[in-house]
Amino acid sequence: MRIERDIIYIILGFIVLMVVVPWTAGQLSDQVFFNWPFFFEVAIGGLLSGVMYSLIALGFVLIFKASGVFNFSQGAIVLFAALTLVGLHGLGLPMWLAIVATMGVMFLLAVAIERLVLSKLVNQEPIILFMATIGIAYFLDGFGQTLWGSEVKVLNLGISEAPGFYFDGQILINDFDLFAAGIAAVMVVVLGIFFQYTRIGRALRAVADDHQAALSVGIPLKHIWIIVWTVAGLVGLVAGIMWGSKMGVQFALSLIALKALPVLILGGFTSVPGAIIGGLIIGAGEKLAEVFLAPMIGGGIEEWFAYMLALAFLAFRPQGLFGEKIIERV
Amino acid sequence: MIYREAGVYKSTYRADHAIFTIPQDRWSMIGIFAIAFLLIPAVGSEYWLGAIMLPFLILALAALGLNILTGYCGQLSLGTGGFMATGAFSAYKLATAFPDVHILFVILGAGLIAAAVGILFGIPSLRIKGFYLAVATLASQFFLIWMFITFGWFTNYSASGVISAPPMTIIGDIFVTGPQATLVAKYLFTLSIVVVMALVAKNLVRSNIGREWMAVRDMDIAAEIIGIPMLSTKLKAFAVSSFFCGVAGALWAFLYTGSVSPLAFGVDRSFQVLFMIIIGGLGSVMGAFLGAAFIVLLPILLNNLPTMLGLNIKTDMISHMEYMIFGALIVFFLIVEPHGLARLWSLLKEKLRLWPFPH
Repeated sequence: MRIERDIIYIILGFIVLMVVVPWTAGQLSDQVFFNWPFFFEVAIGGLLSGVMYSLIALGFVLIFKASGVFNFSQGAIVLFAALTLVGLHGLGLPMWLAIVATMGVMFLLAVAIERLVLSKLVNQEPIILFMATIGIAYFLDGFGQTLWGSEVKVLNLGISEAPGFYFDGQILINDFDLFAAGIAAVMVVVLGIFFQYTRIGRALRAVADDHQAALSVGIPLKHIWIIVWTVAGLVGLVAGIMWGSKMGVQFALSLIALKALPVLILGGFTSVPGAIIGGLIIGAGEKLAEVFLAPMIGGGIEEWFAYMLALAFLAFRPQGLFGEKIIERV
Repeated sequence: MIYREAGVYKSTYRADHAIFTIPQDRWSMIGIFAIAFLLIPAVGSEYWLGAIMLPFLILALAALGLNILTGYCGQLSLGTGGFMATGAFSAYKLATAFPDVHILFVILGAGLIAAAVGILFGIPSLRIKGFYLAVATLASQFFLIWMFITFGWFTNYSASGVISAPPMTIIGDIFVTGPQATLVAKYLFTLSIVVVMALVAKNLVRSNIGREWMAVRDMDIAAEIIGIPMLSTKLKAFAVSSFFCGVAGALWAFLYTGSVSPLAFGVDRSFQVLFMIIIGGLGSVMGAFLGAAFIVLLPILLNNLPTMLGLNIKTDMISHMEYMIFGALIVFFLIVEPHGLARLWSLLKEKLRLWPFPH
């Protein structure tokens, strides 16, 4: 992949800004505490939580790439997968079996969505499909909680949440966050290989490029959509496991979709690496702003800062950092 | 047979430019107005007026606003709730800062402030398009709500962060807000505003501004090439849309709930209004009303259905089931009629034209 020069400039500019702004804030305001180890601690914590956002954004990207559907239900899929996993585990299945069974459920869900919704809405405008996925999101939210109840459930992976000390004990990092970052990295590599080197991956890329051309060379669109939604479901499962063990399996999981949206537009709707780098930028920017800027302007800015940040990036690149260039013809 | 254009001769340009050119349309509109202004206040119970008609009218107004932006100008927006909150809070600030000003001017001012905010957040639309814009408008949603929660100035430093509408009169001592206001007065006041604004919207979208919006919606590059100024057209759509949403927010805070916290205008509200215009029909004034009626009535129906059927289900189960059925119905509607209820209405008109003969 050719990386354009302005992307590098934008990212470098962002990094410089994100160092300079906290530093000046620390010098100017007595409400803000600043020293370098603390700065790096916040930055690394932000990067790692950004990876968690990327996990969600990946599911969006996969579906958008392959079917052009802006899938708002990804958050609900994450919740549904996590609920199913915990529910099955609670029924007495060992963890590995529960995971396998949940994968099966995600496949069935993909088939159901394709059969009952997408295939009926072929050739509709994107906004209609978008609304349909919001409908799916509502349905899944209700369905999962009807099935498994709405109380907060604990999902324990047996990884310590205790902070570890690194770099001469100067910087605190959560081991769990490191583990999550590792998982996300593995996922990206696996997805990359899957897209680049397998038969199905090639078919998926063909469909992403041009539906009609793909159909005309004999790629079955229906199967492709089922596969994509299954893969998005599996990515959702992984995200659900990671987020669920971090904050408990509960309805709030469904709302992290809103956290992944700025990542998505920043990285570009169509790019897997974009989702990762977008996640890192949003994660680091958000945490740094929350710690070093928020005390000066009233606190709680995490909710919208990511969106404003993404908006600032979009002003320079309207298709996101790694999105396909939007070419319009009359 | 009964409903048709044939035989309606127009001899003046005025008649040709009328909103309802067919007599049947005119009569049915007069009938609807009569029912809305006379019959409903006369026979409607407290519950119907206060819990159904008021939210329906106010949300229909917001849906109308969003429909101008999304349905006519093609700019998908998820920031409706933020603009409604802007309207509500500026109305509150205006009403408390100038207690003697008439409520109509307060609401008008709130709408204008919301329009200014809308223009500000509409500026990115010149560069960002499609779903990127939709997500970008969420920035305004979250930012505005955060602003109203965080800065005490907007709520006059009330400890709970909730604003309460001061009692205001429309004429003499007929209160429309505050504890002395009767529901009938509130309803008629809201209805009048909504009717006037709906007529304004209907006329706007058939004027040259509306045609510019539709050209931008259909293809903005082509529109630019034929000489439609992109900047002013898109920002006009944002301004008008936010004006409508701002007025709706002010009415919501002052007349419907009486006191409101910023959280009432969260992202859920934005989605609710978006549902209304999709279910009702994009690019249709009537669709906004049909969609609002559907989305307001459906949850009430779903809520009461178990008791009506005599089923005994736990309350949290009911709310989950509601989510499920609501989602399923949305999908069902989109599959059956992707162009919304307004399309069904025009199909019905087609049929009425031929009725009772099949061809």
